[in-house]
Amino acid sequence: MEIGFEIVEVGSVVNEPYEGGGKLSMHMHAVPLAETAAERGSVRPMVRFRNIRKSFGELEVLKGVDLDILPGEKVAVIGPSGSGKTTLGRLLMTLEEPTSGTIEVDGEYLWHMEKRGKLVRADEKHLHRMRSKIGMVFQHFNLFPHMTILRNVTEAPIRVLRMRRNEAERLALEMLDKVGLADKRDNYPSQLSGGEKQRVAIARALVMKPQVMIFDEVTSALDPELVGEVLAVIKEIAADGKMTMLLITHEMEFARDVADRVIFIADGRIVEQGPPSRIFTQPESERLQSFLGRFRAYRAGR
Amino acid sequence: MNELIPALLRGLWITVQATFGAFALACALGLILAILRRARIKWVSVPMVWLIEFIRTTPLVVQAVFMWMALPRLIGMPLSALTVGILSLGLHYSAYLSEVYRSGIEGVPRGQWEAAVALNFSPAQKWLRIILPQAIPPVLPVMGNYLIVMFKEVPVLMAITLGEMLLAANSYIASTFADGIVPYSLVALFFLAVSYPSSLLVRLMERRLNRQRGTQYGNRIRNRRSRIRGERTV
Ligand SMILES: Nc1ncnc2c1ncn2[C@@H]1O[C@H](COP(=O)(O)OP(=O)(O)O)[C@@H](O)[C@H]1O
Ligand SMILES: [Mg+2]
Repeated sequence: MEIGFEIVEVGSVVNEPYEGGGKLSMHMHAVPLAETAAERGSVRPMVRFRNIRKSFGELEVLKGVDLDILPGEKVAVIGPSGSGKTTLGRLLMTLEEPTSGTIEVDGEYLWHMEKRGKLVRADEKHLHRMRSKIGMVFQHFNLFPHMTILRNVTEAPIRVLRMRRNEAERLALEMLDKVGLADKRDNYPSQLSGGEKQRVAIARALVMKPQVMIFDEVTSALDPELVGEVLAVIKEIAADGKMTMLLITHEMEFARDVADRVIFIADGRIVEQGPPSRIFTQPESERLQSFLGRFRAYRAGR
Repeated sequence: MNELIPALLRGLWITVQATFGAFALACALGLILAILRRARIKWVSVPMVWLIEFIRTTPLVVQAVFMWMALPRLIGMPLSALTVGILSLGLHYSAYLSEVYRSGIEGVPRGQWEAAVALNFSPAQKWLRIILPQAIPPVLPVMGNYLIVMFKEVPVLMAITLGEMLLAANSYIASTFADGIVPYSLVALFFLAVSYPSSLLVRLMERRLNRQRGTQYGNRIRNRRSRIRGERTV
């Protein structure tokens, strides 16, 4: 397989067993691609962005995005910084409201609801119900500093899902074990490295069992030597196959390994998309070519 | 003298009651004001801002005498000077405490709110479990200082006939034709005797809190120190 850039240190770190053990399996392309499924019209998308626009004051950040993500599909979003990738994820997590357009999750409108046959703005109750299908891992972890690691993971299941404490703790320890951090259960976030914090944040999101998970540049706040352990954990989750994933990333090797489809966003629009094997080897648009070119130059210079 | 000291002690006791009653009210009301003024619905948040500004820009003594006159009429029932004193002092300082809460709340990083949304906490859970436990500890010393400030403000309530120390001293002077130097000096001394140790306590609390944050939040520093000493960190 020919790839448009060198695989350097990150790739080699990823392929080593990470702390906490567990084998890494290569992710398979188990799910048909969006275009082909849409042609067949058989599978209902898990997430559907329709003509989504988002402005902050005068600045239009998303200029009409259409995107269908199939159940279990792993979609990587790449693009220059400031192009609107984070905003896209935040709209899906209900952290921002779209200026226009609709988002559907699992066949239901996210930001709208039907009332007497008309589509109206969703209320908090509707958003609350829809949010239970969606999870997010943030660039800056956002762990709760006043809670132990275990409480960080159990708090939402106990309060939000009304799970019994011992049940929540059992589940939380299972998840913490999955990310290799069960032994840190009684520590506070400030006692953990960045990579460990991000793995806890992943466990905290996983324990809520969302159908769709958003990962927003989850390694870009980490020291380079800690990136691998976090990507390894995400790869392992992806390999389970069931979860629909929106992976906003600038780790190209990771996108290539994990994603079924890569979306290239520039200037608030989807410029190009396709399977990673094509996107990274035969980019069609000039924008993507120059983006990957700059990326290659950057990696070579490091 | 034999009558002055007991009278002043009675006044001190009333002062302490008024202080703690008003402080409790100010803490509760201040928190509500601070949360409401962050409401996304404009017709909730904007009136709160006005209310806070109004309370802060009019003198406590005016608010107190107004309530002393108006409240009994409003509810059609006589109220004691202590009750109105607690209500007016508490309301007045709730505006200040709401600002204290506000600074604490604004100190909580935006990511904490976003994580709370992403994990689907309800608004009440978000405040109680995530935001306030991080917002309040850092401002506890400031709240303690306000407690002391309120204690020293109680003599203002002499205007509504609250029998605190200054009123007790005045009554004593009026009824015995004694010179004011000794009674007023004693009032000041009593205030000093309570305020000064209290302010030391607040300072102690501040130091304790900083140290606690040192073990929980800012653990890196401690870890670094113990690493230098060659110890294992927990
Ligand atoms: N809350 C906000 N208010 C104003 N501008 C914002 C806000 N959030 C994002 N932006 C702007 O929107 C643009 C896209 O941001 P973002 O979605 O974070 O891009 P990316 O994640 O691709 O780097 C940037 O110019 C950013 O400054
Ligand atoms: Mg971003």
